[in-house]
Amino acid sequence: MSDPQSPEPKGAIAKFLAASPDSVGKTIFVAVAVCLVASMVVSAAAVSLRPVQEANQLKDKQVNVLQVAGVYEPGIDVTEAFAAFEPHVLELATGAFVDDQFDPATFDDQAAASDPDLSVALDDDPAGIGRKSKYRVIYLLRDDAEGLDKVILPLHGYGLWSTLYGFIALENNGNDIYGLQFYQHGETPGLGAEVDNPRWKSLWNGKKLRDDAGDLQITVSKSQTAAGPDFYVDALAGATLTSVGVDNLVKFWMGDAGYGPFLAKLQAGEF
Amino acid sequence: MSQTKKEMLVDPLVDNNPITLQVLGICSALAVTSSLQVSFVMALAVTFVTSFSSFFISCLRNQIPGSIRIIVQMVIIASLVILVDQVLKAYAFEISKTLSVFVGLIITNCIVMGRAEAFAMKNPPVASFIDGLGNGMGYGLILLLVGFIRELFGAGSLFGVTILETVNNGGWYVPNGMLLLPPSAFFIIGLIIWAFRTWKPNQVEEREYKIQQVEAH
Repeated sequence: MSDPQSPEPKGAIAKFLAASPDSVGKTIFVAVAVCLVASMVVSAAAVSLRPVQEANQLKDKQVNVLQVAGVYEPGIDVTEAFAAFEPHVLELATGAFVDDQFDPATFDDQAAASDPDLSVALDDDPAGIGRKSKYRVIYLLRDDAEGLDKVILPLHGYGLWSTLYGFIALENNGNDIYGLQFYQHGETPGLGAEVDNPRWKSLWNGKKLRDDAGDLQITVSKSQTAAGPDFYVDALAGATLTSVGVDNLVKFWMGDAGYGPFLAKLQAGEF
Repeated sequence: MSQTKKEMLVDPLVDNNPITLQVLGICSALAVTSSLQVSFVMALAVTFVTSFSSFFISCLRNQIPGSIRIIVQMVIIASLVILVDQVLKAYAFEISKTLSVFVGLIITNCIVMGRAEAFAMKNPPVASFIDGLGNGMGYGLILLLVGFIRELFGAGSLFGVTILETVNNGGWYVPNGMLLLPPSAFFIIGLIIWAFRTWKPNQVEEREYKIQQVEAH
């Protein structure tokens, strides 16, 4: 501003810079130039950082699978520990693996839920998810003797404010719950977000899905149901609607519309 | 220049704090202060954006046409915000999950726009940079204060390290759950403003009205 301007700017660029910024030509030029430079900076950052971001998301999911299966400890090599899990693409309706159609390592069941060819709209939708992917990626954990140890199944559903995404780990009989954990949700901190509380999560350990008659009995509620303590998880205090959401989504995914056919096969000892 | 560079840096911390005196940037101060770690990262992000956006806008100030100056400022600010968001997603994934939409909302933070329009458009780049840095730090200071109170009394911890063992985890401290909800930050910021104005009475605004003295008939 206080720079002494040379009386006669020399050359086209100098003349252009010295011109009033309010002329039409200059306005258009500045607008285009700023947008070009800004878009280049933004796209360069997005492209160059994408591999790291994708690795983070993958690792986050893997850590959650490890945690729900109870093999996670801080500081372990996540990739190595995760290699013990066998991913499979499961067709929900038949309960059979379709690994020959889709690659379990790259299949994205959340994206599939919005693809009309791979998903179905739900009429009866207690979990509040709208559309259900026909296929889900599940994980099998085998013990040292190559026998099936645990299965990890993804589930999601609507709570109070947000969709909760999580995993449930079942023992090899397909009926005993080992653990339940949500890796993504937007519930109220201190109330609904207590679904992340380790003490509440530990309540799920050892519960059963179905009674001897084969009826789905697992319930999240404020008081114990007639089915008995094995099928009852105490609801979160002060978070009734989140608890109802968790109750609905667990019942939905463990029922016939969800993993029912697969669990029946698992109980028959097919895997 | 009326202010020295040191004054420009230190002034916005207390004497001319963007949150307590100008009452700007309240929205994000309410939303992200439920834990100290998140407040800290948010403070860094805003400081980065205010200082560099002021710098770049000041570099271009003689070339920016008056008719589109706000849009040009927004483009520069938005690009820097996206840059911060991308870097956080790549190198601080856990925190970026908590901050979620609020990093993107730095674009609409009045402090950034305010410094760009009020200072950077009229001052040279280095001074603008320092001014932005000072205002970002002033914002960050309040964020950390609020985050400290909310995390300590709402969750019984600081930076995620347990200080007061809560009842939910088998301890004795019954946390004040309201402190984890955004409205509590309103009360805390209000109390901080009150404390600042008691300490520095010249921050108190003049009354907009006066009760008229009417002589008794």
